[in-house]
Formats: sequence, structure tokens, C-alpha cells
Amino acid sequence: MNPQLLLGAEAIALAAIDAGISGVYAYPGTPSTEITEFIQQSDVARQKGIHSAWATNEKTAYEAALGMSYAGKRTLICMKHVGLNVAADAFINSAITGVHGGMVVVVADDPSMHSSQNEQDTRVYGKFAFLPVIEPSEQQETYDAVRYAFDFSEEMQLPVLLRITTRLSHARSIVLPKAPRDENPFNPSTDKRKWILLPVNARVNYAKLLDKQKQLTAVSESSFLNKEIAGTGKKAVIAFGIAFSYVMEVRESAQLDFPVLKISHYPLPDKTIRAFTEHYDDILIVEEGYPVYEELLKGYFGNSKFHGRLDGTLPRTGELSPDILAKALGVEDGEARQAIPSVVAGRPPMLCQGCSHRDVFEELNTVFEAYPEKHLFSDIGCYTLGALPPFSAINTCVDMGASVTMAKGAADAGLHPAVAVIGDSTFTHSGMTGLLDAVNDRSPVTIIISDNSTTAMTGGQNSAGTGRLFDICKGIGVEEAHIRTIIPLKKNSEENKAILKEEMEYKGVSVIIAQRECVQTASRKRREKAKETPA
Amino acid sequence: MTTNIIIGGVGGQGILTIAGIIDMAAMQQGLFLKQSEVHGMSQRGGAVESHLRISDKEIYSALIPTGKADLILSIEPMESLRYLPFLAPNGIIVTATEPYINIPNYPEPEIILNEIRKHRHLLVDAEALARQAGNAKAFNLVMLGAASPYLGIASSVLEDAITERFISKGTDTVQMNLEAFRLGATHAKR
Ligand code: SF4
Repeated sequence: MNPQLLLGAEAIALAAIDAGISGVYAYPGTPSTEITEFIQQSDVARQKGIHSAWATNEKTAYEAALGMSYAGKRTLICMKHVGLNVAADAFINSAITGVHGGMVVVVADDPSMHSSQNEQDTRVYGKFAFLPVIEPSEQQETYDAVRYAFDFSEEMQLPVLLRITTRLSHARSIVLPKAPRDENPFNPSTDKRKWILLPVNARVNYAKLLDKQKQLTAVSESSFLNKEIAGTGKKAVIAFGIAFSYVMEVRESAQLDFPVLKISHYPLPDKTIRAFTEHYDDILIVEEGYPVYEELLKGYFGNSKFHGRLDGTLPRTGELSPDILAKALGVEDGEARQAIPSVVAGRPPMLCQGCSHRDVFEELNTVFEAYPEKHLFSDIGCYTLGALPPFSAINTCVDMGASVTMAKGAADAGLHPAVAVIGDSTFTHSGMTGLLDAVNDRSPVTIIISDNSTTAMTGGQNSAGTGRLFDICKGIGVEEAHIRTIIPLKKNSEENKAILKEEMEYKGVSVIIAQRECVQTASRKRREKAKETPA
Repeated sequence: MTTNIIIGGVGGQGILTIAGIIDMAAMQQGLFLKQSEVHGMSQRGGAVESHLRISDKEIYSALIPTGKADLILSIEPMESLRYLPFLAPNGIIVTATEPYINIPNYPEPEIILNEIRKHRHLLVDAEALARQAGNAKAFNLVMLGAASPYLGIASSVLEDAITERFISKGTDTVQMNLEAFRLGATHAKR
């Protein structure tokens, strides 16, 4: 096997292929998108017929993955941290059913919110569901951990959660792959008591899950993913997952030799931790994300021996870095850092030139001028950039689908016009059910689906409802006369504004599909086509 | 020996291509490497950067500590200054001089250049050199050439990596990119 240059995300994908998966299920979300994309582009995966099409949302993805596991096959499921909120129902219950074919759940957290709405720490979900969690610290370990996690999942008959963060997912290093393994045979489970979560079965399964905790802890105690770096002195560090890399960076460059306990396998290896902590007076706990295990180790009444995010030794929020660790470990190299000169202006991301969302926002802003109240409920996608100048067009952005339902709630409260803007992929992900609520209540809302026929923000993945949005809205019960399609282009501007105005005035549910392909996706398709038919 | 490089620019300018070529060359030369990059929303015309670390021994962090970058390689002048806190006392800024103006408050180019001149620097008219090589878009390859004396990797290894990177696009593309790289390298040696 030749060494390869891989992002953390790609190391996961390759490891899953090599572990013999039969499918990957996912909805795109930074920083998890590249895992599925790697499998989609892999020749090996194509030859094997590994399923890798995008799902409508994380919940449908999760349940499909569980179905594949039920059939005896190994399956990978990936999402970003907030996606697990969407899939949470299936996730928690999958701990009660357990799995059949190995199932690894990859969740990519985004501390510092590089492209997210919150910083939530997936390890909390792992504890909540009583599932084993693996948190690798670098790329090679990530590859090895995924291979291991599939075997472990089958052995324990439980999903295994793999938690990574942006900095691991989007950093590249050299990875040495191992010999690939064949796919599992098709072998559906026949154990009905396991899979039918009637209370009578669920109670039994839940007790079994709790019983397994001892065994899971025993596995952590001897896991190759946990290790101790010997050292001297009375001060020590416990580092979790990727935090280990920052601790070691500082330890090496400052030539220090404090002892370090690295943990990458949960539930926490009790005995190992207890034995380690007994030896030292002062222990820094370094975790990327929430102080999940710091809280636990500190105990309810506090233990002055432990330091970390809770007592301010490390910042309470945001991503860790070598600089932050150097400060916490008392390492200063005495050199003054150069400041960024004041002439350097900010350069925020923006909607591409020629993007259809631009026209939509311009038209909307003009139509709104006639109203005393201007409130535009938005959603999550490229169009969220409509919040920035020159548009300053939106008032809200909360979670996937919230534009539709918030507009409905505001309309129920008397807001007129109540207008939502949502992308096509987000609409099928989480907007459809909210639209049904609005239809059932005959709420006076105007829903603009800014349809660019792709999931643009994450790089242009296929969108589940492309070409069928009209039919979907009609099927949900929106009156045909109030499903309008416009082409957001300068030359149609007057006509589009008139339609927007008309539908805002309509006292019921109306949907305006503003249809024009994302210019990035369109030009990529043109390039691909040109490649296929060389001149 | 560890070489720490920050590559800066604007989303879509080809930063990841430069990083990918250096990565490949470093691996061919038997070195360790860690390279952190930016994906997602910030790539839409926003400021983007890649941290790249090459070493003869294991590297832990994918992020470079402040004050430890040996080289800031930037394909846009203002962007080179954004990463100044990372520059080591004896580090160098290698930057293209052509501004990329997509914001209304872009500063006077001359002020930017004067700020850069306060540090060890190499200014490159990358666009002119790229045009000379036959494709104005190859300015990122010119910049890679201009930075090549500071990478600790043999030029021949970098050229092999460039060939490997572009071979699927045909030999003409490979030659044009190699030419851009060489023009950049020659500029650096002057
Ligand atoms: S990627 Fe597509 S949808 Fe997103 S801003 Fe650019 S053109 Fe618009």
C-alpha cells in the first residue's frame, strides 16, 4: 500500500472503503462534506458499487444507514455537528436497537464556528446515547481508528461514534493505508425483539445497553488510541483527541517533559485516569469543544487540582491552538508579535458575481420599500450572505427550515407581509414539513424558494428536489395559482417584482420559485462537458 | 528542521493548488508534512489561508504558532499583511503585487507595498510573468517558483510534482505551468 496525502475527512473515507462498507449516507455540511465526496469520486468505490448518493437530510440518511446495517452490511454515516440534532431521534434510538452490520457515525464539530451556527460538542451526544466515542488526534490515527471502529461496532453490536473537528477534517498529512477487506455478505437480521422498539422490547434493550457500559469501559482501558507519555514533575496534562497535537507541539518546541495522558476513546477509562491523576498535584485538562470531561473529573464540588476551560486557564469558547496551549502551560518565548497593519481591510465572503440570489434580494428589497414593516426570514445557505451589505436583506437565520416556520409564526402573530427565503436543498431538507403546517393553518405567508438547483454553499452537491419543486409544493397542498415561478434576471425584474407584490398581498400560502442555476455549478458542468467532448 | 509556510490569498485564487504541489514534493522528498486549509463559505471571495508545515521529524500541530512562520507566500499584496503576527523575526514575505479588489474599502496599493517593504520581502509582478509563460491565470505557479528557494525542497522535485499535478490536462498545460514556475524562480534569484 502506497502512502497517500489525505485530509482527515479523506482518511475517514478511504478507511471506510478499506473496511468493506457497502454504503455511505450523508447530507453535505462543512466540515464533513469531503468524506462522502471522496467516496463518490473513488474508482474503487464505483467498481464495488458502494452506495454514495446524498440523502435529503441527516435523519433520512441515518435511518437508511441503520437499514443497511440491519441487512448485515457495513455502513458509514457522516454529518456536521448540527446535523446530528436533525438525526438525533434515530441516533439515540439506534443505541437501543443496536446494529447488525458494523456502523460508524462520523460527526464533524466546528469549534470557533468557522461555518456554523453553534459550537456544540458531539461527545455530549455520545454520553447521552451511552455509545462508545472515538476521537482521533491526527490523520494516520484517523485512518486506523475507522478501520478499528467497524470491527468494534460489530463486536459490540452498537453504532460507534467518531468525533472529529474542523482542524482534523481539513488538514492534510501522509497516511499509510492497509490492505482492503471484503464487504459483508447480505444477511438481514431476524431478531425482532432487538429491532421493534415497543416499550416491552425497548426496556429490555435499554437495560442491555446499560449492562454493556462496563465492557465498553474495559475496552477503553486497553485501547491503542489511549496512551501515556512519560515525564517528570508534579504538573501533568490530560489531552483529548486533537488537543493532544497542540499539547505535544508546545512540549516539543519548548523542550519540556511534563507527563501527558492522551485519551481518544470513551467512555472514559476510569482506572487509567485515576492511576494517572493520583501522581500529580496539578493537572491541565485540554479538550477541543466543551469542557465535557473536565466537568466530570472536577466533580460536582470542584477539585482544585484540575484546570482547564472551567477556571479560565484555557478560553471557555473557540478552537484551541498551539498559542493558546503555550500560554496555558506558561511558555512565553519573549518575542513581540507583529501586529496586523491598520491598512488591512476585512475581506468577508460574499455572494458570487452573477449569483441568482443577488437578483432575488434586490427585487425583494425594492418591493419591501412599499411596506412599513420589512422582515425577511431567511435560512441556511449561500443566501445567508444576503445579511451583509450591500443587501442587508435578511432579519433571521436560525436553523435549517426555520425560515418557513418562523414566517408562519410571525404571520400568526399578525405580521404582514410574512416572507421567507429558503434554498432548494434546505427546503427539501427541512422546509417541506413547515410548509405543510402553513397550508393546514392557511397562514398568510410568502415562501420564496431561491432555487439554484444545487447545494451551493458546501460546493455544489446534488439537491434532492431539483426539477420537482413545483410538484412538491402542489402535493403539500399549496394552491396551484399561488405557486409562481420566476427567473431572477435583470431583464425580468419588473415582472418579478409585480409577482412578489401580488403574492405578498395574497391572504394565504404562496410559494415563489425563483429558478436559476448557481453560476458555479453551471460553469463546472460546462467544464466537465468540454472535457468529455474534446475539440 | 521544520519549515513553516503560510499561503494567503482570496478564495478562488488557487492557493490549494500551490499547497498541493508543495505537499506532493515534500512527500516525494521523504519529509513529514501537515497542511491545514479552509473550505466552505469563506471561499466565496473571502480571505483564505493555508498553514503548511514541512519537517524531517514528526509534526504535531497543523496550525503554525504565531511568530514562527518562515515564509508568508501570498498571491495578493494586502493578504500578505493579514498574517504578519505569524511571521518569524527572520521570516520573509513573498507576494504578488497585483491587488484583487472586491471590497469597496481596498486601501491604496502604494500604502500596502510600503508596509510590506518594512519586512524582509520579495515583490513579484506575477501576472506579467504568467502572461510571459502563456497564461495569465498561472500566476499562482509563478508565485510558487518565486518562493521555491525558501521551501527546503529541490526544484527538480517541485517540477516533478507540478508535472504530476497537471498531467491529466495535457502536456501543453504541464509545459506552460513549468514555464511559469521557472520564471518565478528566476525572478527570485535576481
Ligand atoms: S456558489 Fe452559487 S449560490 Fe453560492 S453565491 Fe456563488 S453563485 Fe450564488
